[in-house]
Amino acid sequence: MTTYPISVTINGQVHTGDVPARLLLVHFIRDMAMLTGTHCGCDTTSCGACTIDFNGKPVKSCTLLAVQANGAEITTIEGVAQGGQLHPVQEGFYQCHGLQCGFCTPGMILTSISLLKHNPDPSEDEIRWGISGNLCRCTGYNNIVKSVQYAAMKLAGKQPEVVIINEESTVREMAH
Amino acid sequence: MIPASFEYVAAATLGEAFGLLKKHPDAKILAGGHSLIPMMKFRVAQPALLIDINKVPDLAYIKEDAKWLKIGALTRESEFENSALIRDKYHLLADAAKMIADPLVRNMATVGGNLAHADPANDHPAVMLAYDAVVVVSGAKGTREVPITKFFTGPFTPDIAHDEILTEIRIPLRKAGDGGCYLKIERKVGDYATAAVGVFVRLGAKGVCEYAGIGLTNLGLMPIKATAACKVLMGGPLSDAKIREAAQLASEAAEPTSDWRGTEEYKRALVKTLTVRALKQAALRAAA
Ligand SMILES: Cc1cc2nc3c(=O)[nH]c(=O)nc-3n(C[C@H](O)[C@H](O)[C@H](O)COP(=O)(O)OP(=O)(O)OC[C@H]3O[C@@H](n4cnc5c(N)ncnc54)[C@H](O)[C@@H]3O)c2cc1C
Ligand code: FES
Ligand code: FES
Repeated sequence: MTTYPISVTINGQVHTGDVPARLLLVHFIRDMAMLTGTHCGCDTTSCGACTIDFNGKPVKSCTLLAVQANGAEITTIEGVAQGGQLHPVQEGFYQCHGLQCGFCTPGMILTSISLLKHNPDPSEDEIRWGISGNLCRCTGYNNIVKSVQYAAMKLAGKQPEVVIINEESTVREMAH
Repeated sequence: MIPASFEYVAAATLGEAFGLLKKHPDAKILAGGHSLIPMMKFRVAQPALLIDINKVPDLAYIKEDAKWLKIGALTRESEFENSALIRDKYHLLADAAKMIADPLVRNMATVGGNLAHADPANDHPAVMLAYDAVVVVSGAKGTREVPITKFFTGPFTPDIAHDEILTEIRIPLRKAGDGGCYLKIERKVGDYATAAVGVFVRLGAKGVCEYAGIGLTNLGLMPIKATAACKVLMGGPLSDAKIREAAQLASEAAEPTSDWRGTEEYKRALVKTLTVRALKQAALRAAA
């Protein structure tokens, strides 16, 4: 089988390999770069568990070939926290109970980071629309939406807090 | 699932791609890959060679000239969502792009691939039929301009020879009095249409309809233009009576089959309702 030399920058580090054309990018990331935070949850390009940032855009890495990534700049969930500090979106998921099993979480986070980059103050509808290519089968979307709202607040320089109002958790800006 | 083995070339130019296509009868073009790679994973498609055109320069653009809105084949769906020009002036296209797949798929999927795949479930064929668009197909010997009404020659079969590539789509330049709308019923985000209707009207003096185009998505083996419905709308104002008549004719032009998305009867009823709503919305936009 013909193999193709590729060189891909993942989270700032160059990864090289000789890959057959049919190797999917998600498998290169997981099995050759050994970054197993990116998940693979379906065969039909439906779930978004495999979402990565590919040259500045979130895409489903199960539907790209590894050879297509030659020369690309990729960010995976492992590259999101900086200097031991959680990214505000990660912090939001942690604070708002945005995950249970965590299978969808890396994809949700990569998609949400991109969403907030383009729309720093999204409405609830815009958040639901933005993450509509990512499926969560256990947490449900309410807490995920709150996690993104938390992150938006934090990224805008405000200090969010999670409070319980009428038996519902709500994200709001902390009083000074 | 993993595709069967194949060879891969990232073409640097269209010329290189034409040459490779000519040499390899089992080769396929790889654009966004979001129809082709899923099919290869299921082994429904097993090309011997993929010719990746993503590195070919100047194939992705949205621009107007004196006569046309010109769209490069490699333009991603998300570019339509981000384009103020499309949002402000080409409502039918803007409506449809938002409803295609999901935001992540739209970052890869291309409009050229959507048309070249000639899937009746894809949304762009109906949009382009409604606009009466022109498809530009290029080959080693030059380019051809194919009217969209002649472009779909059979199920999943576009008028593109094996050694040709779809390079551009042309939509009539927006004039005052133009209005469009795309309405799609889907079971969930990312699903193909249960039924969808794309409508484009051009209204002249006194609201007289000079052109009407109605395209239907996922309502037959091929993309459908509801020609009889379009005809009754042209030549007069878009009255409620005419809109109702057109909607009835559009539902008769549909060729749906009963499946897990709904019965034939249900889908015909959807076409009727969606056609009325889309025409009313298009007329409002044309008047704005
Ligand atoms: C989960 C999911 C949901 C989807 N939902 C929708 C939906 O609701 N509506 C919808 O319309 N689409 C939907 N799609 C399809 C998506 O829009 C596809 O990406 C699109 O149909 C094909 O475009 P592509 O650029 O990915 O083409 P590819 O997959 O790269 O190619 C498709 C076919 O066209 C050929 N081809 C591509 N470009 C050219 C060209 N320029 N010249 C000649 N031949 C070419 C290829 O050889 C191949 O045969 C969905 C896809 C997924 C994965
Ligand atoms: S693994 Fe499900 S979309 Fe990629
Ligand atoms: S946290 Fe389990 S699938 Fe989302």
